[in-house]
Amino acid sequence: MKLKLISAAIAALVAASPAMADLTFSSLSYRTGPYAANGIPFADGYADYFTLLNERDGGIGGEQVNLVECETGYNTEKGVECFESTKGTGALVYQPLSTGITYQLIPKATADNIPMHTMGYGRTSAKNGKVFSHIFNYPANYWDGASVAIKHLLDINDGDISGKKVALVYHNSAYGKEPIRTLEELSKKHGYDLTLLPVDHPGQEQKSQWLQIRRERPDYVIMYGWGVMNQVAIQEAVNIRFPMENFIGIWWSGSENDVKPAGEAANGYKSLTFHNVGSDYPVYEDIQEFVVDEGKAAGAGDQIGTVLYNRGLYAAMLAAEAAKTAQQIHGTSAITPAMMRDGMEKLEMTEGKMTALGMPNFGPSFNVSCENHGGDGYAAVLQWDAKAGEWNMITDYMQADQDVLTPLIDDDSESYAKENNLTPGCN
Amino acid sequence: MFYREAGEFKTSYVDDNQTFPIRFDRYRYYFVLFAAFLVIPFAVNDYWVNAVFMPFLIYSIAAIGLNILVGYCGQVSLGTGGFMAVGAYACYKLMTAMPEVNIFFHVLMAGGITAMVGMAFGLPSLRIKGFYLAVATLAAQFFLVWLFNKVPWFYNYSASGQISAPERTVFGIAVTGANTSAWASYMFCLVFVFICGILARNLTRGTQGRKWMAIRDMDIAAEIIGVDPLKSKLSAFAVSSFFIGVSGALFFSVYLGAVEVGEAFGITKSFLVLFMVIIGGLGSIFGSFAGAAFLVLLPVLLKNVLVGMLGWPTDLAAHLEFMIVGAMIIIFLIAEPHGLAQLWRVAKEKLRLWPFPH
Repeated sequence: MKLKLISAAIAALVAASPAMADLTFSSLSYRTGPYAANGIPFADGYADYFTLLNERDGGIGGEQVNLVECETGYNTEKGVECFESTKGTGALVYQPLSTGITYQLIPKATADNIPMHTMGYGRTSAKNGKVFSHIFNYPANYWDGASVAIKHLLDINDGDISGKKVALVYHNSAYGKEPIRTLEELSKKHGYDLTLLPVDHPGQEQKSQWLQIRRERPDYVIMYGWGVMNQVAIQEAVNIRFPMENFIGIWWSGSENDVKPAGEAANGYKSLTFHNVGSDYPVYEDIQEFVVDEGKAAGAGDQIGTVLYNRGLYAAMLAAEAAKTAQQIHGTSAITPAMMRDGMEKLEMTEGKMTALGMPNFGPSFNVSCENHGGDGYAAVLQWDAKAGEWNMITDYMQADQDVLTPLIDDDSESYAKENNLTPGCN
Repeated sequence: MFYREAGEFKTSYVDDNQTFPIRFDRYRYYFVLFAAFLVIPFAVNDYWVNAVFMPFLIYSIAAIGLNILVGYCGQVSLGTGGFMAVGAYACYKLMTAMPEVNIFFHVLMAGGITAMVGMAFGLPSLRIKGFYLAVATLAAQFFLVWLFNKVPWFYNYSASGQISAPERTVFGIAVTGANTSAWASYMFCLVFVFICGILARNLTRGTQGRKWMAIRDMDIAAEIIGVDPLKSKLSAFAVSSFFIGVSGALFFSVYLGAVEVGEAFGITKSFLVLFMVIIGGLGSIFGSFAGAAFLVLLPVLLKNVLVGMLGWPTDLAAHLEFMIVGAMIIIFLIAEPHGLAQLWRVAKEKLRLWPFPH
């Protein structure tokens, strides 16, 4: 009881602290647990971009950015706690970087009129903005990823993969299960065999899955993994001498942290991406000058330039641009979460805009609209060069097979609307 | 001074057999009920309910359930997470299959289904004891999680394998789904905690509880004095699983709204509830509440202090939180192996003698 009282008093203090006049962004990050290796660079990139805006431009539209970080540990219960505790600070947009937490927050955020951006993860059918009014997943989603991976396989096989065996190694959760339906539909269209190999959380134990791969000898392996699962899978693939160039990870299975533990042997491993990699951009000079040299880099500051750092940077950039759009639409610099939603729905990313931000050709250009919250689904393939220790883009951006995906998205979003008694529509 | 039997004259058996025979204790109990039912609902917001009260109430039910099995009947179980999953999935299937029935009955039925599953997995307890039984229930944990992941019927063939709770109302007020108000979901859970608490308290101090305790203390001796081990052990599994099923159903439908079996009901959940029971005190209903409060509130408290007040980096705070909670568990178990409930018992003894201890 006493404990409860003390915690009550302290939590009341915390909860009662008034919302600042600044623009508040929340970062539901995870720097601990089995997914930390991937969570840290993303959170660092996300934080550093906002620090850069504060230091260099004085915030967004003259308003300082206040970034509230909350540790979720990739755990849904803690994610809910984080959402509730940061909601009171007036956070403009949520990016939980976890599909499980996303599923949880979709109805909650919608009810509280707060937008959520699940870039390349979350519920794919959120692309249909007529049903998911507050959820955005531009510029690409899981099903785009699956489709682009198959497209790449078609490309390297001169357009014919019928009879080939493709195995999907996936995290046995909502995240990993997302692409299954798409891959099944695509296998009907292209005639490949699909084998499903689930890996249970957290994914440190994958001997049996890779034994099965060794026995069945699939031509290609696609992986939907995250956290420690990626490193283990790549190491296991090396152990059974699976040809690395036939092993393709989704964009969440393609960071330096995933391939480096396997050393030289990981050379040739492929992964997808929906933004550019490397640190050869003008924005990095600014980050060095205004953030790193000032000693304001987030975390240990050792992640700058990695794939996931870039992704965090990209997510923050899109959020900041949406905030700017919202400021223009509503003619006020102090925007609310509801205004932020409007800004995200009217967001236009053009080549010129990205060049002006010091990130030329960093990601695809796309327009968000009420009908399309998901962008156009462009992704490219990266390949790991173990000697040089860097990722090289080996293809151009390819668009996912929208003929297959659009009906699936309509179908899934419709069933969500039915379950929740929503009338789809744009207002 | 305040807390003593002296001066209280009981003139009927009913008076003599009541749960709280000491007046001060009784008033304290009424006060807690008053605060829980009539003060807190008017004062809470979303944060308080979702981060503090709801997890506390729901884990309390689970801890009471496990305490009946481990604390009262002496059967070690590591299958709590799996049984909570049974409650959650049963509730989901019932909610979607029979939307016209009130959610209240769905939660109770989910508990009933879990009781049956629990009894099935309790059968090995008739032949094996102690650590071996723990391993058998561990099998239940892994089997059930695997089952709910593997068979799409359980999650209505949804693409992601997630189950999410549709909106359901009690007396026209939404208690599940996104548009619930904080007080409504709090009250819904509180009613279940209240019922479960009274039920568990009266079961454990009656004939059934005595049978369980006899089995716990020495099963051969219990059999000689006429306690049927089959009925006692299986009834303990059934009652325990009923409570755990109810808590799993609430955990899914009211608290989280959407769950994924591997993540929400993994082995860590089994250990968490077992730790609650051990820290709170084996064989004590109060201990179940105390243990749940300790393990639910302490991390939230530490996080608020370290990150919210001191402004430390979140990762450092999260790591420290593990260390502090771990250290506190060890300290508590060394200082008081019988758990928080024993501290409370000692305090009561001291109060009886105060101010003239001998």
